[in-house]
Amino acid sequence: MVTKTQSGGLMDVLFKNTTRVFAFLVFSLLAAILVSLLYGSRESIAQFGFHFLWLNDWNPVENQYGALVPITGTLLTSFIALIIAVPVSFGIAIFLTELSPTWLRRPLGTAIEMLAAIPSIIYGMWGLFVFVPIFQATVQPALIDALAPIPVLGQLFAGPPFGIGVFTAGLILSIMVIPFITAVMRDVFELVPAMLKESAYGLGGTTWEVVWKVVLPHTKNAVVGGVMLGLGRALGETMAVTFVIGNSFNLPQSLFSPSNSIASALANEFNEAGGMQKSALLELGLILFLITTVVLAISRLLLAHLRKSEGTTH
Amino acid sequence: MFNSNSVVTLSNPVYRRRRLVNRLMLTLALAALVFGLFWLFWIIFTLLEKGGGALALSLFTESTPPPGGQGGLLNAILGSVMMAAVGTLIGTPIGILAGTYLAEYGRRGWLAPATRFLNDVLLSAPSIVIGLFIYAAYVSQVGHYSGWAGSCALAILVIPVVVRSTDNMLSLVPNSLREAAAALGCPQWRVIFFICYKAARSGIITGVLLAIARISGETAPLLFTALNNQFLSLNMNAPMANLPVVIFQYAASPFKDWNDLAWAGAVLITLLVLGINILARVLFRK
Repeated sequence: MVTKTQSGGLMDVLFKNTTRVFAFLVFSLLAAILVSLLYGSRESIAQFGFHFLWLNDWNPVENQYGALVPITGTLLTSFIALIIAVPVSFGIAIFLTELSPTWLRRPLGTAIEMLAAIPSIIYGMWGLFVFVPIFQATVQPALIDALAPIPVLGQLFAGPPFGIGVFTAGLILSIMVIPFITAVMRDVFELVPAMLKESAYGLGGTTWEVVWKVVLPHTKNAVVGGVMLGLGRALGETMAVTFVIGNSFNLPQSLFSPSNSIASALANEFNEAGGMQKSALLELGLILFLITTVVLAISRLLLAHLRKSEGTTH
Repeated sequence: MFNSNSVVTLSNPVYRRRRLVNRLMLTLALAALVFGLFWLFWIIFTLLEKGGGALALSLFTESTPPPGGQGGLLNAILGSVMMAAVGTLIGTPIGILAGTYLAEYGRRGWLAPATRFLNDVLLSAPSIVIGLFIYAAYVSQVGHYSGWAGSCALAILVIPVVVRSTDNMLSLVPNSLREAAAALGCPQWRVIFFICYKAARSGIITGVLLAIARISGETAPLLFTALNNQFLSLNMNAPMANLPVVIFQYAASPFKDWNDLAWAGAVLITLLVLGINILARVLFRK
């Protein structure tokens, strides 16, 4: 009996420390990524310093590199994605929690979640070969013509209808982040105490008033966290954007002009690059990593108190 | 909210306006749902239309052809399966053990909450950055692309998903089970192995399945690690063909045969990924 307890004690120590070692491994992964990217981009950092961030120049011939275009493209496409995705996700979450018949909730919710399961490259192929030609032939000329006389909007939606470009990339990104934002919103809307909602209904509130004035204020931190989660996803999305953004190192003149994002610059150029260009591309990766890590960290802080109720998919 | 003559009838303009706003907003909510589903069905329809015709047995028996030639995707499918399998085999035990620490041992101290937080960030970190990391840490050190490097990148994508689901599922196991076993003299490691893992099994398996679904379609982390290989190669220490990168290269090529193969590969991957996702949900509901 004594020996058995001792072997139990030994195994306990062994097992506990094994799990701790692996937990520490996971703990140090982010730091390892940071260090290796810093090391890989040391030449570029030494050469360009902080100017790298706002230099509008990507010239492999003269070995001059600046990150202004890809950073702008990344932020702009993600911003467009959020402008479309946030209201849509909010609508879907309202429908799934307040309007849908109970038996339809699960299949509809699963269908929306499937948008997240479709691989990024499929969005890219579909976007370039199916969506872009239709968009270029119908929606884009109509938008350009209709908005041209309006001062600010006209300039935003100006230029020849290429089909590809910043707006197309943002639109496809919005479809890709809708499931993530919707999932968070739906989960937190379901957590609002029934008592609160019933009180509001009892006072004569309409469904919309209950959602807008009771449910949303009650869940606003988590909703912002969900939006940040979607932003984090959009910033780092690679393949879909690579197909449709146009991959030109020019600042976008309007929402319809081709540009570039950090992730698609990496996907297109990294394997052919050498020397300083590779180092500059690694520095782009480092910038992307820092931006997304900050965004995702804020998102997780806002969502921290609901962890347990969240699903395992996002 | 109500004015003095607060009789709630249709003749009351305030009530009419509120009812109108309500109707409008709820209609917009329905429209949002339709907007979301519209893209899903359009994409699935496109895949079936463009790739359904290209599905043939030769996809599974022949390797990728030179431009203009006949061929299939055998080397890419095998490469993807091997790298996904190795990635899962490396990532799953690490994820389960780390998740076990978070849920079972880490109730006090700083390591568990900090790891949980960083793991959540890692869960959504851009996959292309993971590819760069393995490139900088492994590929550039050994000097060549390889299947092992691809597997490592995929393993890093598997780990956070498995950690998260293991941690969540073990936290759902009631403490009374652990206490009952401990009261019978069971050492803690046996409690975890034979009670907690057993109770949390379906949830942990779901997590692993979702992780497999996620890595099956990932392109970006393989671009800089496994690269691609035109020929059938089972050597994990050499560049390795894989479906996503083949799709990427063939979709953008000017050759019709290659484009068709890309669509066929796209259908295969999407069916696989959606299938695993639905299977995971069905398993977990039981």
